[in-house]
Amino acid sequence: MSSTTTAPPAASARSAVLTTSTGRMRALARAELTLLGRSKGVLFTAMFVPLIMPFSVRQAADGMDLDGTGLSVGSVVLPSALGFSLIFAVYSALVSVYAARREELVLKRLRTGEVRDVEILAGAALPHVAVGLAQCLLLTAACTALLDVGAPGAPLYAVLGLLLALVLWPVLAAVTASFSRSVESAQVAAMPLVFLSFLGSGTLVPLEVLPDKLAAVCELLPLTPTIELIRGGWTGDMTGAEALRALAIAVAWIVGGVFAVRRWFRWEPRR
Amino acid sequence: MTDQVIDVTDLRRSYAGGFEAVRGISFTVGRGELFALLGTNGAGKTSTVELLEGLAEPAGGAVRVLGHDPYRERDAVRPRIGVMLQEGGFPSELTVTETARMWAGCTSGARPVHEALEAVGLAGRGGVRVKQLSGGEKRRLDLAMALIGDPEVLFLDEPTTGLDAEGRRETWNLVRALRERGTTVLLTTHYLEEAEQLADRLAILREGRIATAGSVADVVASQPSHISFELPEGYFPGDLPPLDQLGVSGHDMAGRRMRLRTTELQRAATGLLMWAERTGVELRGLDVRAASLEEAFLRIARDADAEAGADKETVA
Repeated sequence: MSSTTTAPPAASARSAVLTTSTGRMRALARAELTLLGRSKGVLFTAMFVPLIMPFSVRQAADGMDLDGTGLSVGSVVLPSALGFSLIFAVYSALVSVYAARREELVLKRLRTGEVRDVEILAGAALPHVAVGLAQCLLLTAACTALLDVGAPGAPLYAVLGLLLALVLWPVLAAVTASFSRSVESAQVAAMPLVFLSFLGSGTLVPLEVLPDKLAAVCELLPLTPTIELIRGGWTGDMTGAEALRALAIAVAWIVGGVFAVRRWFRWEPRR
Repeated sequence: MTDQVIDVTDLRRSYAGGFEAVRGISFTVGRGELFALLGTNGAGKTSTVELLEGLAEPAGGAVRVLGHDPYRERDAVRPRIGVMLQEGGFPSELTVTETARMWAGCTSGARPVHEALEAVGLAGRGGVRVKQLSGGEKRRLDLAMALIGDPEVLFLDEPTTGLDAEGRRETWNLVRALRERGTTVLLTTHYLEEAEQLADRLAILREGRIATAGSVADVVASQPSHISFELPEGYFPGDLPPLDQLGVSGHDMAGRRMRLRTTELQRAATGLLMWAERTGVELRGLDVRAASLEEAFLRIARDADAEAGADKETVA
């Protein structure tokens, strides 16, 4: 094309304002936040359950035989509280959200546009991750004030554990939604991992008080490494090797989860 | 530089389980053209359009949209196309404005939300939740979102299904206005009138193949016109003037109802009416019908049934 011809203004204006990945995700996250505010069920699960339940853990913790495990009541309750928070506010809520958006054909519609697949899932996850993070900060403050957990001995581990959990749960929510047909069945599909995490990831019962063999298996569950890192961050007695091992397990779950989502996630309902 | 905006060559699509929905179709759509894919339900219209939109990868053949592969080079294609699916796909709890804002944030060069809604007559419904919209309003919202980025190519999958007569005409006017501005449009429909009203060219799909294609006039011209009437009591087909002299190419009779096929409608009708005048016969229920897209469409469907029958016989 010669330099004397200029493109029509409409075309040049168009090319000047291509959307960015950040901009697209912001638009999706904003819509999802609005929806979160309007869905009473999801809102209740996300906001109140995790804030109420941890305090019932305390009773269990008080009754535990913690002698010789090097754990205090506070260092049992705090990681548990964060674990609960993330399971409900992020994992369980997002499983419903992904299934609902799929059922309403929102995912299919979005895929016809410029948004990439990963942006669709991440954009929807952002408000829930933000709620989860806010709850974790709130719970940490509350536990510090009320349970005398003290300052973390290795804060880096705690932060690492929390960040890993904030990435891990949305990925696992998408995996779970891949294998469910409707919003209702998605909730059922979310149950096994919720229970397993409660029982086996040191959320309700620290692995240190479980028999060795069972504890070894439980260490491989997805939530365990993040809980271990958070607990280790507070007690400060986690070795570098232990931390590395926890990190490796968490990363393995994330990588496996991403693979599963790419392979099996369904973007439209089964007909 | 080519002026073919959409170029489809021997396109195929198979689903898990082996069903072949699209079985080797080829066509092109030029810039500014409105091309319609017609077909009964299950003919492969949506399966084809989804390949053009880059939602799925073809099992065989090739698609180029604006010179790019819409599946492998989606970043080059998506900002320049608009898509309206058969069914909405907007969160029911968001309002119209919130939906449009979300979509605008995901679309390059999006027009202001209010302007986009105004174009489809939804400006006054901005605060209403999507779930409270009527079926027609939902379709219009969908159309507004497909248009919000001023696309060069617009894909409309059954845009007026579920609309009342008025809504349909409004949508047609909108689509015509877009075409006048130079937008290339590919639409699928099972409404023959819609294709007749809007399409520059069309293809009729049948079982994943193109049964016939061309301009509406071309497709219609390939079909015979019909004259039908009741033969009065006491008269027999042999009493009529010799049919080949009237330009009639074939006929059939059901009870006393006679049906003539011709490609020379005026000559055949004149001959028949002059005969009736001469013999003082009244042709009850006289119906003189020019060839139409509907005839073409129905004949293609009939041929399909006949072929299916023939296939079975060959197998047996």
